[in-house]
Amino acid sequence: MDENTTGKETVITLRETNDIVNARQYARKLAVELGFNILDQTKIVTAISELARNTVIWGKGGKATFEIIIKKGNKAGLRATFTDRGPGIPDVEKALEDGYTSGGGLGLGLGGAKRLMDEFEIESEIGKGTTVTVAKYK
Amino acid sequence: MERIPILKMGDYLLVSIQIDMHDKLAMDLKNDLAEKISKTSAKGVLIDISALEVVDSFIGRMLGSMSEISKVLGAETVIVGMQPAVAITLVELGLSLKGIHTALNVEKGIKLLDELVKLQ
Amino acid sequence: MPDKHIKTVLEIIKKNKNDILNVWKNNLWKKLEYQRDLLSDNEIEKYAEDFLNLFNAAIKSEDYDFMSSEEWDALKDTVTQLIHRWSSQGFTIRETGSFVTTFKDALYNKIKENIEKNPDVILSVFSILDRLFTDLAIFSVEAHVQSRDEIISRQQKEILELSTPVITLWKGILAIPLIGTLDSERTQMVMEALLQKIVETGSDMAIIDITGVPAVDTEVAQHIIKTINAARLMGADCIISGIRPQIAQTMVALGVSFDVTTKATLADAFSVALKRVGFQITNENHE
Repeated sequence: MDENTTGKETVITLRETNDIVNARQYARKLAVELGFNILDQTKIVTAISELARNTVIWGKGGKATFEIIIKKGNKAGLRATFTDRGPGIPDVEKALEDGYTSGGGLGLGLGGAKRLMDEFEIESEIGKGTTVTVAKYK
Repeated sequence: MERIPILKMGDYLLVSIQIDMHDKLAMDLKNDLAEKISKTSAKGVLIDISALEVVDSFIGRMLGSMSEISKVLGAETVIVGMQPAVAITLVELGLSLKGIHTALNVEKGIKLLDELVKLQ
Repeated sequence: MPDKHIKTVLEIIKKNKNDILNVWKNNLWKKLEYQRDLLSDNEIEKYAEDFLNLFNAAIKSEDYDFMSSEEWDALKDTVTQLIHRWSSQGFTIRETGSFVTTFKDALYNKIKENIEKNPDVILSVFSILDRLFTDLAIFSVEAHVQSRDEIISRQQKEILELSTPVITLWKGILAIPLIGTLDSERTQMVMEALLQKIVETGSDMAIIDITGVPAVDTEVAQHIIKTINAARLMGADCIISGIRPQIAQTMVALGVSFDVTTKATLADAFSVALKRVGFQITNENHE
């Protein structure tokens, strides 16, 4: 294992749109604690906001799990995992691509979050749900 | 129920967004603005986002549509005070908000509104 | 795989700990004679003692898989720390590696003095130790190289930062000469520097000069467009200058366009910017 999580996890429920603000504010708190600079803080909070919104609106609700992780070499970082049991994303490739057009909805959030963070992973199954994991290191 | 205040400054309306808005607050603002432009026949709208530390795609698009709606109702809109970190993040996100007018601060924003209104 | 003969090694270490440490330290000082002024006796003692204790503990665990076993992590961390320190101070690979090699020599000598003269014992003990120390030596070299790589990459970053100056050409008019290839990291630095300057100076115009950009393909164009959009969000208009004829041709062929004014030279761009900001230039010498 190349990294260790500190073991502390915080889970934020994402059921309605008001919860998106909660996720944002928690992400901000964590980013400040870890000592990220302002630009990185903004990127993190914005990415989290996009993913939280996807979870609530497209995923029909789910949760966000935040952890602090330490990579080998003492690089500290923040990781967030968004899970939902929604309809799933039919074409993930396309959804990520769409991020760069002025199109609204799903595409922009996923592609955007990927560009704003250092690590991005997504698993989605039609009818089962979606899991998106993102991380950013100092 | 909290709502974002819209102030009247002569022919212009000034909106200062000071807090992290949840969806309903943003929607209410959009509606309130449209109503107020109609009611006051305002010629210009200044939206001050200097206190906003995060503008995600939802808020970004909301600002864009507020600008379009105002235009249809006969008013020009200028968005002022975007923080550098927010601008860089928005651009990375893929939202360029083309077509909306922006200015560095309230003073420049009013100057721009004056010019735009003159062209109307 | 546990080995019953390794127990003898542990006993030899236990009985001769101070001897081993002293021989080790003396030889280390000799090997590092060119770096004497950078070393302290305390530092060497502390690292040597820590290393020996951790080595002992790892051997005790009976897991001799240096590369993948967790039992060796603490030892690896100590070695890494020391080597990073020394390599960033300019020690050579041979010098940083001598920490581990002189320990091996001191240990081996002690073992030879005290071990049962039984070929089976000697064979099994040294075959395990040999593999361990080979891995340790390679690990030392890797740690040294990694430390060098980190220094190089940090310096590259600093060079990058130094090469993004934002110039105030006139009140309200900024110029950024872009030099070299544009990648996303560079673009971000440019955006940060430019936006910061826009806020500081309250500028309305930014001239992005790409004379020093060797080639503009769709990717580079995207980076430039991003920068233009970021400046625009802050209320500043951009002009691109320094477009060489070949670049212009490539751009048209690729279908790349910037929806801002573009000029061939910085001078032309400056003239346009001045007019936009409301200035008029007159020549006092009527020749």
